Amino acid sequence: MATFKFELVSPERLILSVDAEQVDLPGSEGDFGVLAGHAPFLTTLKTGIITVKAGGAVSRIYVRGGFADVNASGLTVLAEKAVPELDFGPAVAAAELAVVETIVVEARTEEARYRAIAVREEVKVAIAAIG
Amino acid sequence: MASLKELKNRIASVKATQKITKAMQMVAAAKLRRAQEAAVAARPYARRLGVVVANLAAAMDGRDDAPLLLAGTGRDDVHLLVVCTAERGLCGGFNSSIVRLAREHAAALIAAGKTVKILTVGKKGADALKREHGNRIIDRVELRGIKTVSFDIAVDLGKRVVELYEAGEFDVCTLFYSEFKSVIQQIPTARQLLPVRVEAPAAAIETDYEFEPDEADILETLLPRYVSVALFSALLENAAGEMGAKMTAMDNATRNAGDMIDRLSITYNRTRQAKITTELVEIISGAEAL
Repeated sequence: MATFKFELVSPERLILSVDAEQVDLPGSEGDFGVLAGHAPFLTTLKTGIITVKAGGAVSRIYVRGGFADVNASGLTVLAEKAVPELDFGPAVAAAELAVVETIVVEARTEEARYRAIAVREEVKVAIAAIG
Repeated sequence: MASLKELKNRIASVKATQKITKAMQMVAAAKLRRAQEAAVAARPYARRLGVVVANLAAAMDGRDDAPLLLAGTGRDDVHLLVVCTAERGLCGGFNSSIVRLAREHAAALIAAGKTVKILTVGKKGADALKREHGNRIIDRVELRGIKTVSFDIAVDLGKRVVELYEAGEFDVCTLFYSEFKSVIQQIPTARQLLPVRVEAPAAAIETDYEFEPDEADILETLLPRYVSVALFSALLENAAGEMGAKMTAMDNATRNAGDMIDRLSITYNRTRQAKITTELVEIISGAEAL
Protein backbone atom coordinates (compact mmCIF):
# COMPACT_ATOMS: atom_id res chain seq x y z
CA MET A 1 0.00 0.00 0.00
CA ALA A 2 1.19 3.50 -0.83
CA THR A 3 2.57 5.45 2.08
CA PHE A 4 3.04 9.13 2.82
CA LYS A 5 5.09 11.05 5.33
CA PHE A 6 3.32 11.77 8.60
CA GLU A 7 4.90 14.15 11.10
CA LEU A 8 3.58 15.09 14.50
CA VAL A 9 5.21 18.15 16.05
CA SER A 10 4.67 19.84 19.39
CA PRO A 11 6.22 23.20 20.27
CA GLU A 12 8.83 21.46 22.37
CA ARG A 13 9.91 18.77 19.93
CA LEU A 14 9.26 16.54 16.93
CA ILE A 15 7.24 13.68 18.40
CA LEU A 16 6.74 11.36 15.50
CA SER A 17 7.90 11.05 11.93
CA VAL A 18 6.81 7.92 10.07
CA ASP A 19 5.74 6.69 6.67
CA ALA A 20 2.07 5.96 7.24
CA GLU A 21 -0.52 4.14 5.16
CA GLN A 22 -3.48 5.87 6.71
CA VAL A 23 -4.05 8.50 9.39
CA ASP A 24 -7.46 9.30 10.85
CA LEU A 25 -7.84 12.72 12.43
CA PRO A 26 -10.51 14.56 14.43
CA GLY A 27 -11.06 17.65 12.26
CA SER A 28 -12.95 20.55 13.79
CA GLU A 29 -15.70 20.10 11.19
CA GLY A 30 -15.74 16.32 11.30
CA ASP A 31 -13.36 13.38 11.43
CA PHE A 32 -11.43 12.62 8.30
CA GLY A 33 -8.91 10.11 7.04
CA VAL A 34 -5.80 10.79 5.01
CA LEU A 35 -4.36 8.37 2.49
CA ALA A 36 -1.44 8.83 0.14
CA GLY A 37 -2.18 11.41 -2.53
CA HIS A 38 -4.70 13.41 -0.51
CA ALA A 39 -5.59 16.84 -1.91
CA PRO A 40 -3.97 19.85 -0.21
CA PHE A 41 -6.01 20.55 2.88
CA LEU A 42 -5.61 22.64 5.99
CA THR A 43 -7.84 22.33 9.02
CA THR A 44 -7.93 22.90 12.73
CA LEU A 45 -8.37 19.84 14.93
CA LYS A 46 -10.64 19.12 17.85
CA THR A 47 -9.22 17.59 20.96
CA GLY A 48 -9.28 13.89 20.26
CA ILE A 49 -7.49 10.81 19.07
CA ILE A 50 -5.34 10.43 15.97
CA THR A 51 -5.13 6.88 14.64
CA VAL A 52 -2.02 6.04 12.65
CA LYS A 53 -1.65 2.94 10.50
CA ALA A 54 1.99 2.46 9.63
CA GLY A 55 3.76 -0.73 8.63
CA GLY A 56 0.73 -2.83 9.55
CA ALA A 57 0.70 -1.56 13.13
CA VAL A 58 -1.96 0.76 14.50
CA SER A 59 -1.16 3.35 17.13
CA ARG A 60 -3.23 6.05 18.74
CA ILE A 61 -2.23 9.51 19.89
CA TYR A 62 -4.07 12.03 22.03
CA VAL A 63 -3.94 15.62 20.67
CA ARG A 64 -5.19 18.95 21.92
CA GLY A 65 -5.11 22.32 20.22
CA GLY A 66 -3.79 21.18 16.93
CA PHE A 67 -4.17 21.64 13.24
CA ALA A 68 -3.34 19.46 10.29
CA ASP A 69 -1.67 20.44 7.06
CA VAL A 70 -1.92 18.01 4.15
CA ASN A 71 0.14 18.83 1.10
CA ALA A 72 2.22 17.14 -1.57
CA SER A 73 5.05 16.45 0.89
CA GLY A 74 2.76 14.63 3.33
CA LEU A 75 0.74 15.27 6.45
CA THR A 76 1.96 17.50 9.24
CA VAL A 77 0.09 17.83 12.51
CA LEU A 78 1.10 20.73 14.74
CA ALA A 79 -0.35 20.19 18.19
CA GLU A 80 -0.11 22.18 21.37
CA LYS A 81 -0.21 18.92 23.30
CA ALA A 82 0.31 15.43 21.94
CA VAL A 83 0.66 12.23 23.97
CA PRO A 84 1.02 8.74 22.46
CA GLU A 85 -1.34 6.09 23.84
CA LEU A 86 1.50 4.28 25.63
CA ASP A 87 2.44 7.36 27.67
CA PHE A 88 -1.13 8.31 28.44
CA GLY A 89 -1.84 7.56 32.09
CA PRO A 90 -4.08 8.93 34.83
CA ALA A 91 -1.53 11.65 35.60
CA VAL A 92 -1.67 13.01 32.04
CA ALA A 93 -5.46 12.84 32.05
CA ALA A 94 -5.64 14.78 35.32
CA ALA A 95 -3.22 17.40 34.04
CA GLU A 96 -5.21 17.82 30.83
CA LEU A 97 -8.47 18.24 32.74
CA ALA A 98 -6.81 20.82 34.98
CA VAL A 99 -5.59 22.78 31.93
CA VAL A 100 -9.01 22.96 30.27
CA GLU A 101 -10.64 23.75 33.62
CA THR A 102 -8.46 26.85 34.00
CA ILE A 103 -9.37 27.91 30.46
CA VAL A 104 -13.06 27.70 31.39
CA VAL A 105 -12.49 29.66 34.61
CA GLU A 106 -10.40 32.33 32.89
CA ALA A 107 -12.81 32.86 30.01
CA ARG A 108 -14.11 36.40 30.25
CA THR A 109 -16.68 36.62 27.51
CA GLU A 110 -19.75 34.44 27.30
CA GLU A 111 -18.68 33.19 23.90
CA ALA A 112 -15.19 32.22 25.07
CA ARG A 113 -16.72 30.40 28.00
CA TYR A 114 -18.99 28.30 25.81
CA ARG A 115 -16.09 27.47 23.55
CA ALA A 116 -13.95 26.49 26.55
CA ILE A 117 -16.73 24.27 27.92
CA ALA A 118 -17.02 22.57 24.53
CA VAL A 119 -13.27 21.91 24.61
CA ARG A 120 -13.56 20.51 28.10
CA GLU A 121 -16.22 18.05 26.95
CA GLU A 122 -14.02 17.04 24.00
CA VAL A 123 -11.16 16.36 26.39
CA LYS A 124 -13.38 14.20 28.57
CA VAL A 125 -14.57 12.19 25.58
CA ALA A 126 -11.00 11.78 24.33
CA ILE A 127 -9.77 10.63 27.73
CA ALA A 128 -12.57 8.10 27.96
CA ALA A 129 -11.71 6.84 24.48
CA ILE A 130 -8.02 6.38 25.09
CA GLY A 131 -8.03 5.40 28.78
CA MET B 1 55.62 46.67 48.79
CA ALA B 2 53.02 44.32 50.19
CA SER B 3 54.04 42.18 53.10
CA LEU B 4 54.41 38.42 52.77
CA LYS B 5 51.28 37.79 54.77
CA GLU B 6 49.21 40.13 52.59
CA LEU B 7 50.48 38.44 49.44
CA LYS B 8 49.67 35.03 50.83
CA ASN B 9 46.12 36.07 51.68
CA ARG B 10 45.68 37.61 48.25
CA ILE B 11 46.83 34.39 46.53
CA ALA B 12 44.43 32.32 48.63
CA SER B 13 41.57 34.65 47.78
CA VAL B 14 42.25 34.59 44.03
CA LYS B 15 42.47 30.80 44.20
CA ALA B 16 39.05 30.65 45.84
CA THR B 17 37.62 32.92 43.14
CA GLN B 18 39.15 30.73 40.48
CA LYS B 19 37.51 27.66 41.97
CA ILE B 20 34.13 29.38 41.85
CA THR B 21 34.48 30.58 38.26
CA LYS B 22 35.67 27.14 37.24
CA ALA B 23 32.62 25.54 38.84
CA MET B 24 30.31 28.08 37.22
CA GLN B 25 31.86 27.38 33.86
CA MET B 26 31.22 23.68 34.23
CA VAL B 27 27.64 24.22 35.37
CA ALA B 28 27.06 26.53 32.40
CA ALA B 29 28.52 23.93 30.04
CA ALA B 30 26.13 21.27 31.32
CA LYS B 31 23.14 23.62 31.15
CA LEU B 32 24.19 24.84 27.72
CA ARG B 33 23.95 21.35 26.30
CA ARG B 34 20.41 20.96 27.59
CA ALA B 35 19.34 24.43 26.49
CA GLN B 36 20.83 23.87 23.06
CA GLU B 37 18.99 20.59 22.63
CA ALA B 38 15.73 22.26 23.65
CA ALA B 39 16.30 25.10 21.19
CA VAL B 40 17.06 22.69 18.35
CA ALA B 41 14.10 20.44 19.21
CA ALA B 42 11.72 23.39 19.08
CA ARG B 43 12.77 24.49 15.60
CA PRO B 44 10.64 22.10 13.49
CA TYR B 45 7.40 23.39 15.00
CA ALA B 46 8.33 27.04 14.56
CA ARG B 47 9.44 26.45 10.98
CA ARG B 48 6.30 24.50 9.98
CA LEU B 49 4.03 26.99 11.64
CA GLY B 50 5.83 29.74 9.75
CA VAL B 51 5.20 27.93 6.47
CA VAL B 52 1.51 27.36 7.25
CA VAL B 53 0.97 30.97 8.28
CA ALA B 54 2.77 32.13 5.14
CA ASN B 55 0.50 29.95 2.99
CA LEU B 56 -2.58 31.24 4.75
CA ALA B 57 -1.47 34.83 4.57
CA ALA B 58 -0.88 34.42 0.84
CA ALA B 59 -4.40 33.04 0.49
CA MET B 60 -5.74 36.02 2.46
CA ASP B 61 -3.82 38.53 0.39
CA GLY B 62 -6.06 41.30 -0.84
CA ARG B 63 -9.04 40.34 1.29
CA ASP B 64 -10.32 42.86 3.77
CA ASP B 65 -11.48 40.45 6.48
CA ALA B 66 -7.92 39.64 7.55
CA PRO B 67 -7.61 39.27 11.33
CA LEU B 68 -6.33 42.20 13.34
CA LEU B 69 -3.10 40.43 14.25
CA LEU B 70 -2.15 40.14 10.60
CA ALA B 71 -3.60 43.35 9.16
CA GLY B 72 -2.43 45.61 11.98
CA THR B 73 -4.24 48.62 13.39
CA GLY B 74 -3.29 50.73 10.39
CA ARG B 75 -1.34 53.09 12.64
CA ASP B 76 2.28 53.31 13.66
CA ASP B 77 2.14 55.58 16.70
CA VAL B 78 2.60 53.41 19.76
CA HIS B 79 5.39 50.87 19.83
CA LEU B 80 5.76 48.07 22.33
CA LEU B 81 9.26 46.71 22.81
CA VAL B 82 9.44 43.28 24.36
CA VAL B 83 12.97 42.96 25.69
CA CYS B 84 14.01 39.42 26.59
CA THR B 85 17.15 39.12 28.68
CA ALA B 86 18.59 36.68 31.14
CA GLU B 87 17.62 36.46 34.76
CA ARG B 88 21.21 36.61 35.98
CA GLY B 89 24.40 38.41 35.18
CA LEU B 90 27.96 37.11 35.02
CA CYS B 91 27.56 36.22 31.38
CA GLY B 92 29.77 38.74 29.66
CA GLY B 93 28.14 41.20 27.33
CA PHE B 94 25.08 39.05 26.76
CA ASN B 95 22.48 41.17 28.54
CA SER B 96 24.01 44.52 27.78
CA SER B 97 24.16 43.86 24.05
CA ILE B 98 20.42 43.07 23.93
CA VAL B 99 19.62 46.10 26.04
CA ARG B 100 21.83 48.30 23.91
CA LEU B 101 19.96 47.27 20.76
CA ALA B 102 16.62 47.91 22.44
CA ARG B 103 17.79 51.27 23.73
CA GLU B 104 18.97 52.39 20.30
CA HIS B 105 15.65 51.31 18.85
CA ALA B 106 13.73 53.17 21.54
CA ALA B 107 15.82 56.31 21.04
CA ALA B 108 15.17 56.24 17.28
CA LEU B 109 11.43 55.82 17.82
CA ILE B 110 11.25 58.60 20.39
CA ALA B 111 13.21 60.88 18.10
CA ALA B 112 10.64 60.14 15.39
CA GLY B 113 7.88 61.27 17.76
CA LYS B 114 6.42 57.83 18.54
CA THR B 115 5.25 56.63 21.91
CA VAL B 116 7.31 53.78 23.31
CA LYS B 117 6.17 51.20 25.82
CA ILE B 118 8.44 48.50 27.15
CA LEU B 119 7.73 45.04 28.46
CA THR B 120 10.75 43.34 29.94
CA VAL B 121 11.20 39.62 30.29
CA GLY B 122 14.02 38.70 32.62
CA LYS B 123 15.32 40.72 35.53
CA LYS B 124 18.49 42.07 33.95
CA GLY B 125 16.70 43.89 31.16
CA ALA B 126 14.41 45.64 33.63
CA ASP B 127 17.37 46.67 35.79
CA ALA B 128 19.28 48.08 32.84
CA LEU B 129 16.35 50.00 31.34
CA LYS B 130 14.95 51.25 34.65
CA ARG B 131 17.02 54.41 34.87
CA GLU B 132 16.50 55.76 31.39
CA HIS B 133 13.08 54.40 30.51
CA GLY B 134 11.60 53.66 33.94
CA ASN B 135 8.28 55.34 33.19
CA ARG B 136 7.95 53.55 29.86
CA ILE B 137 8.14 50.06 31.32
CA ILE B 138 4.54 48.92 31.48
CA ASP B 139 5.26 45.51 32.90
CA ARG B 140 8.11 43.26 33.83
CA VAL B 141 8.07 39.49 33.73
CA GLU B 142 10.59 37.63 35.81
CA LEU B 143 11.62 34.11 35.07
CA ARG B 144 13.23 33.53 38.43
CA GLY B 145 13.09 29.95 39.61
CA ILE B 146 12.22 28.55 36.22
CA LYS B 147 14.64 25.79 35.34
CA THR B 148 13.57 24.92 31.83
CA VAL B 149 11.61 27.18 29.54
CA SER B 150 8.30 25.45 28.90
CA PHE B 151 5.82 26.35 26.21
CA ASP B 152 3.25 27.34 28.84
CA ILE B 153 5.34 30.34 29.86
CA ALA B 154 5.45 31.51 26.27
CA VAL B 155 1.69 30.98 25.93
CA ASP B 156 1.00 33.14 29.00
CA LEU B 157 3.32 35.81 27.68
CA GLY B 158 1.82 35.64 24.19
CA LYS B 159 -1.67 35.92 25.61
CA ARG B 160 -0.72 39.03 27.51
CA VAL B 161 0.80 40.68 24.43
CA VAL B 162 -2.19 39.79 22.25
CA GLU B 163 -4.63 41.09 24.86
CA LEU B 164 -2.79 44.39 25.07
CA TYR B 165 -2.85 44.57 21.29
CA GLU B 166 -6.54 43.87 21.04
CA ALA B 167 -7.19 46.48 23.71
CA GLY B 168 -5.45 48.98 21.44
CA GLU B 169 -2.56 49.60 23.81
CA PHE B 170 -0.01 49.62 21.00
CA ASP B 171 0.25 49.43 17.21
CA VAL B 172 3.54 47.67 16.57
CA CYS B 173 5.37 45.18 18.72
CA THR B 174 9.06 44.37 18.36
CA LEU B 175 10.79 41.52 20.13
CA PHE B 176 14.39 41.80 21.28
CA TYR B 177 16.42 38.74 22.08
CA SER B 178 19.74 37.17 21.30
CA GLU B 179 20.04 34.67 18.53
CA PHE B 180 22.19 31.69 19.44
CA LYS B 181 24.73 31.19 16.66
CA SER B 182 27.35 29.30 18.58
CA VAL B 183 28.86 29.08 22.03
CA ILE B 184 31.03 32.11 21.40
CA GLN B 185 28.64 34.04 19.17
CA GLN B 186 25.24 35.39 20.10
CA ILE B 187 23.67 38.01 17.91
CA PRO B 188 21.26 40.50 19.49
CA THR B 189 18.23 40.55 17.23
CA ALA B 190 15.10 42.64 16.78
CA ARG B 191 12.09 40.95 15.25
CA GLN B 192 8.69 42.43 14.54
CA LEU B 193 6.12 40.40 16.41
CA LEU B 194 2.91 42.31 15.68
CA PRO B 195 1.36 42.86 13.27
CA VAL B 196 2.59 39.48 12.13
CA ARG B 197 4.99 39.95 9.29
CA VAL B 198 5.21 36.87 7.18
CA GLU B 199 8.62 35.85 5.99
CA ALA B 200 8.89 35.35 2.25
CA PRO B 201 6.76 32.25 1.73
CA ALA B 202 8.28 29.03 0.53
CA ALA B 203 8.83 28.88 -3.21
CA ALA B 204 6.08 26.39 -3.90
CA ILE B 205 2.83 27.74 -2.52
CA GLU B 206 -0.06 25.45 -3.21
CA THR B 207 -2.85 27.59 -4.47
CA ASP B 208 -5.51 24.90 -4.50
CA TYR B 209 -5.55 24.44 -0.74
CA GLU B 210 -8.85 23.63 0.88
CA PHE B 211 -9.51 25.22 4.22
CA GLU B 212 -11.75 24.03 6.99
CA PRO B 213 -13.08 26.25 8.57
CA ASP B 214 -12.21 29.10 6.19
CA GLU B 215 -8.89 30.95 6.05
CA ALA B 216 -9.95 33.78 8.34
CA ASP B 217 -11.15 31.42 11.08
CA ILE B 218 -8.02 29.32 10.96
CA LEU B 219 -5.83 32.40 11.10
CA GLU B 220 -7.85 33.62 14.06
CA THR B 221 -6.76 30.61 16.12
CA LEU B 222 -3.36 30.30 14.52
CA LEU B 223 -1.94 33.80 14.86
CA PRO B 224 -2.01 33.97 18.67
CA ARG B 225 -0.16 30.68 18.64
CA TYR B 226 2.30 32.04 16.12
CA VAL B 227 3.04 34.88 18.53
CA SER B 228 3.53 32.43 21.40
CA VAL B 229 5.84 30.30 19.31
CA ALA B 230 7.91 33.34 18.34
CA LEU B 231 8.25 34.22 22.02
CA PHE B 232 9.01 30.63 22.90
CA SER B 233 11.82 30.34 20.40
CA ALA B 234 13.20 33.70 21.54
CA LEU B 235 13.23 32.46 25.14
CA LEU B 236 14.91 29.22 24.15
CA GLU B 237 17.54 30.96 22.02
CA ASN B 238 18.15 33.30 24.93
CA ALA B 239 18.53 30.44 27.39
CA ALA B 240 21.10 28.76 25.18
CA GLY B 241 22.85 32.04 24.44
CA GLU B 242 23.02 32.99 28.09
CA MET B 243 24.69 29.72 28.98
CA GLY B 244 27.09 30.00 26.06
CA ALA B 245 28.03 33.55 27.04
CA LYS B 246 28.37 32.55 30.66
CA MET B 247 30.63 29.67 29.76
CA THR B 248 32.91 31.91 27.71
CA ALA B 249 32.94 34.62 30.38
CA MET B 250 33.72 32.17 33.16
CA ASP B 251 36.41 30.51 31.09
CA ASN B 252 38.07 33.90 30.66
CA ALA B 253 37.68 34.64 34.34
CA THR B 254 39.28 31.33 35.28
CA ARG B 255 42.18 32.00 32.95
CA ASN B 256 42.65 35.53 34.28
CA ALA B 257 42.63 34.24 37.83
CA GLY B 258 45.31 31.70 36.84
CA ASP B 259 47.50 34.46 35.36
CA MET B 260 47.00 36.55 38.45
CA ILE B 261 48.00 33.67 40.72
CA ASP B 262 51.16 33.13 38.68
CA ARG B 263 52.11 36.79 38.92
CA LEU B 264 51.37 36.97 42.62
CA SER B 265 53.34 33.78 43.31
CA ILE B 266 56.40 35.24 41.58
CA THR B 267 56.13 38.43 43.61
CA TYR B 268 55.65 36.36 46.75
CA ASN B 269 58.75 34.25 46.10
CA ARG B 270 60.88 37.25 45.22
CA THR B 271 59.80 39.07 48.36
CA ARG B 272 60.52 36.00 50.43
CA GLN B 273 63.99 35.59 48.92
CA ALA B 274 64.73 39.28 49.33
CA LYS B 275 63.77 39.02 52.95
CA ILE B 276 66.04 36.00 53.55
CA THR B 277 68.90 37.76 51.82
CA THR B 278 68.43 40.84 53.97
CA GLU B 279 68.41 38.71 57.10
CA LEU B 280 71.57 36.88 56.05
CA VAL B 281 73.32 40.14 55.27
CA GLU B 282 72.37 41.42 58.69
CA ILE B 283 73.66 38.28 60.44
CA ILE B 284 76.93 38.23 58.47
CA SER B 285 77.62 41.91 58.97
CA GLY B 286 76.80 41.48 62.63
CA ALA B 287 79.30 38.60 62.88
CA GLU B 288 81.97 40.60 61.04
CA ALA B 289 81.58 43.50 63.38
CA LEU B 290 82.62 41.37 66.34
